[in-house]
Amino acid sequence: MRLLTHNMLSCNIKGVKNGYPLRLEAEKWTEKEVDFNAKFLRGIFPKIDWPALVGSARSFGFNDLLPDEAPDSSLLASDDDLLRRFHHALLEIHVEEGGLVCPETGRRFPINKGIPNLLLHEDEV
Amino acid sequence: MPRPELQAPPEIFYNDTEARKYTTSSRIIEIQAKISERALELLNIPNDGVPRLLLDIGCGSGLSGETLSENEHHWIGFDISQSMLDVALEREVEGDLLLADMGQGLGLRPGVIDGAISISAIQWLCYADKSSHEPMARLKAFFGSLYRCLTRGARAVLQLYSENMNQSEMIMKAAMRAGFAGGVVVDFPHSTKARKAYLVLTCGPSSTQTSLPKGKGEDGETCSDDDESDDDDEQTVGIYDRHRPAKRSKITKKGKGKAWVLKKKNQMRNKGYTVPPDTKYTARKRKNHF
Repeated sequence: MRLLTHNMLSCNIKGVKNGYPLRLEAEKWTEKEVDFNAKFLRGIFPKIDWPALVGSARSFGFNDLLPDEAPDSSLLASDDDLLRRFHHALLEIHVEEGGLVCPETGRRFPINKGIPNLLLHEDEV
Repeated sequence: MPRPELQAPPEIFYNDTEARKYTTSSRIIEIQAKISERALELLNIPNDGVPRLLLDIGCGSGLSGETLSENEHHWIGFDISQSMLDVALEREVEGDLLLADMGQGLGLRPGVIDGAISISAIQWLCYADKSSHEPMARLKAFFGSLYRCLTRGARAVLQLYSENMNQSEMIMKAAMRAGFAGGVVVDFPHSTKARKAYLVLTCGPSSTQTSLPKGKGEDGETCSDDDESDDDDEQTVGIYDRHRPAKRSKITKKGKGKAWVLKKKNQMRNKGYTVPPDTKYTARKRKNHF
């Protein structure tokens, strides 16, 4: 699972109000090279929850990869280096093993072989 | 063979052996690729070369996702069967995979997805496989969450094999209740095999964008006969027996005539077969060379 997907996921348990962002507990992760596409990045940028992305990138030890505050979209158009770092954080970090933890209920969704198991129990639907 | 939906719930039915079929059967792969190409076409994404973030609901082994990747889109795949997802991992698909039940709703943030496709999956929602399952509630959860996660004006194209009219009506009703505009596009409506129904849903207020595209093969347009003739096991072999009395053919000396041939050709065309065009030579008798 890439951080792009993690950025979109929120907790689906019935009655949960603040199910976002899911806390990422990565036990094993890899970096894979992905083709750089500036158009896609600029298109997806407004939809990204920046604090969540920065937070999950930090959990891998990438403390300086992204700025704390969401950059202006005009900066993204001019700053190629920033765009590359954004690309790296969003698409090239793959979580292989670990878990996603709901911030409200503490329910843990395990990640096996890169696939998060988001199946809910019957009493959570 | 009975429909897979009637045999077992999806997470049980698509076990290792069934999932394996999806990677080894060239016929399934070809049909899936064709359907997903058509679904992508119906999604009507502006042709500006910008890759989008799409959903593949019921992605299975990632056959449909491959089509999305070929068109350079990023995608997130949902499936309930671990075996199918394992096969997808083996195939090294490019999208991200999630093990989830669409009937429990898609846990996604609102307004982030640019489009969704689903190939032969939605009909599973109509079956109650556990005592806690309630088809109407599951459909509502699915369409509600799908509506929320799509951006305004985004489309969802869901190809489905519904068992009967009631099912498609139920699905359609649930989609409309969730707020979607749209309808069903049927490709090759006259053919039994090539017939495919797509639910084309648009998120947000109806506009000119929401007008439904036309289905293929509605006005006599023919589909390629590849997927008609590829069922090898259904072919029969004729046996020649010289002692068998010759069948009294109904054909009179003059033949059945041009009108009959034209009528038959038209019937075949309506079924979606490739039929040679009608010309002045149609139904004309060959010359007697001897």
